[in-house]
Amino acid sequence: MTDTPIDRMARATPPHLARRVRGLSDRAIAWLFVAPTIFLLLAINIFPLIWTVRLSFTNFAANRPGREVEWVGLRNYQRILTDDGIWANMQTTAHFLIWTITLQVLIGFTLAWLINRKFKGNDLLTTLIVLPMMLSPAVVGNFWTFLYQPQIGLFNYVVELVTGTPASSFSMLGAGGLAKWSIIIVDTWMWTPFVMLICLAGLRSIPDYIYEAAEVDRASKWRQFWTITVPMVLPFLMLAVLFRGIENFKMFDMVVLLTGGGPGNETLLASIDLKREAFEKWRTGYSSAYAIILFVTVFGLASIYVKALNKVKER
Amino acid sequence: MKARFLTATAVGAVLSATVLSASAASAQSNELTLCWAAWDPANALVELSKDFEAQSGIKMNFEFVPWPNYADRMLNELNSGGQLCDLLIGDSQWIGGGAENGHYMKLNDFFAAESISMDDFAPATVHAYSTWPKGEPNYYALPAMGDANGWFYRKDWFEREDIRAAFLEATGRELGEPQSQKELLEIAQFFQGREIDGQTVYGASIFTERGSEGITMGATGALYAWGFKYENTPGAYDMEGAVNSPEAVEALEFYKELYKTATPPGYDNAYMEQSLDAFKSGQVAMAMNWFAFFPGLAADPNVGGDKIDFFVNPGQNQPASTLGGQGISVVTYSDNIEGALDYIKWFAQPDVQKKWWSMGGYSCHVAVLNDPEFVNSAPFAADFLAAMDNVYDFWQEPAYASLLLAMQDRLHNYVVADQGTAQEALDGLIADWTEVFEDEGKL
Repeated sequence: MTDTPIDRMARATPPHLARRVRGLSDRAIAWLFVAPTIFLLLAINIFPLIWTVRLSFTNFAANRPGREVEWVGLRNYQRILTDDGIWANMQTTAHFLIWTITLQVLIGFTLAWLINRKFKGNDLLTTLIVLPMMLSPAVVGNFWTFLYQPQIGLFNYVVELVTGTPASSFSMLGAGGLAKWSIIIVDTWMWTPFVMLICLAGLRSIPDYIYEAAEVDRASKWRQFWTITVPMVLPFLMLAVLFRGIENFKMFDMVVLLTGGGPGNETLLASIDLKREAFEKWRTGYSSAYAIILFVTVFGLASIYVKALNKVKER
Repeated sequence: MKARFLTATAVGAVLSATVLSASAASAQSNELTLCWAAWDPANALVELSKDFEAQSGIKMNFEFVPWPNYADRMLNELNSGGQLCDLLIGDSQWIGGGAENGHYMKLNDFFAAESISMDDFAPATVHAYSTWPKGEPNYYALPAMGDANGWFYRKDWFEREDIRAAFLEATGRELGEPQSQKELLEIAQFFQGREIDGQTVYGASIFTERGSEGITMGATGALYAWGFKYENTPGAYDMEGAVNSPEAVEALEFYKELYKTATPPGYDNAYMEQSLDAFKSGQVAMAMNWFAFFPGLAADPNVGGDKIDFFVNPGQNQPASTLGGQGISVVTYSDNIEGALDYIKWFAQPDVQKKWWSMGGYSCHVAVLNDPEFVNSAPFAADFLAAMDNVYDFWQEPAYASLLLAMQDRLHNYVVADQGTAQEALDGLIADWTEVFEDEGKL
């Protein structure tokens, strides 16, 4: 029998220590291994969350260390939930979420469906399509600012070429009504490839024999699409929607660089507003309540969605 | 033997650590870090401070942050009790927070001991940059950099006969520096979309930036000129009828008209940098910006020299300019307060102040400003004096950031995003500010 390093380590362990470890139950050893992770989780996730909940009931301001902290009960929550400006920001966030996800799902799925065929240059085209999602949001925000520039921007130039509207007569980022769509366009451009890749994985996971069986049964292509392709890709698609939904709910960097939330408050997403309240106005107690409301909203919606996703997967 | 060796090693280590930490502390006390925004005057201050280094033996370090991030970066530093800055040239609006939150050292005793008199500095700058509560003789900074929002224009275009004739025909008066806000608008609209040397040019580049303070600093140039006030009674926070007075409403409508009808396309989020770019690239006939940039503009190889001239913000119902500028404060968290005070003592000297002006810094010292040669020392010097005689500043309350962001939102919503009316914007602003002052316990 060979002498392994583990055997050698076991022999080297002092007898009193070996006895102590041997005396531990499996459950205790499991706890021993899990404890550091649980401790970290408590320290960097759970404790701050509990602390934030506590702060949300006070008027604490992090930049006013000398000011007496008062317990204000539910006042912060009441002010947030009755603030028209915050409801407008939530609507802006919802508008951004719904349109980006809808467009990304439609275009992403279509691209995946088209690219899932064998043709020359397929790999190269796939690589080119996924390039935008490899860029940093900061880079994307900056260069789209130039693309949208009315005097020198390519976007306005193309619009002029297609529609005849003079390029310098409109500003995508500065005009009321257009800015909302300008951030949707950029996010769709950047993240549609992500949805496409997930859909592509779903499409490639469908075994060929299912389509062959459908062919034997003389099912039309249209029927094959609706009864085989869509149901089998749906769990993948729903997963992509979940990822994009969570990401876009907390969208910050790209929109800050594009519009900073403007013009006016037209693209002021909830996450940008929260940052301003917390770290520019320093209303720590108020912004804690704001953060808790956003957390509960995302957590609630995500939980409902995950349940729906599991049901779809069980089918 | 082994024990003796270990003891000797430990003693050696402790001694080395003591010597090293002592020399580190000594090095630290011989250094100062001055924090400011990254712009032209800061470079001049680096050069000027070499004299201080030579005289005092204290090494100067500088931490300059670009304007868009300056407030965020520095206020976070102060709020966290950071020791990065020994000296801070902070914006005038920070003085209330700096004083009340204990970030800035009160300098009265030091000024008295060193015979530094605030009477040696322009009263408007002492009031704006040094005192808290406003106007009380409690000094938290030495006026360091006087500044106001002014205007510059393409003198070469204004002097061209064809353009002058066209202007006369269009307006019935001679083209020249505007004497009122309405004349400014008229000139800007005249240039808007005009072809000059084969290039389409525009009227004026103005501040419309939304994220920090831009649109507020720009629009208040019009608001103050119409007679806008923050309160009916100073210190009473009674804003109804002052903030939303008919004059204020008219001024805000004016600023929107200026933006909509006389600025280059796409300048919907423009501040200092964009204003300079628009002018230097030959896009605009006029532009607003802080006097701090004027030395650089006058020396610009493309649009400076004979091609440029300057004018003070035109009045309407009264002469008025938006105050910029900063005082220099000692940060209480500094571990070299003595060195920082030495720097302020040196900086307050009339000779140093004269050199400061000659290098591009805007001295607030009367020895500089009252010098008969001052008005001829630069093409914008007389305008600077005129501006500083009628400056108005934003709230300097500890909660200034909340007050400023509320005004940024209201103005940008109305002027740029076309939402609501000027009356609604100003009424809404009163509601926002009332909420802030209620939170502060001042209402």
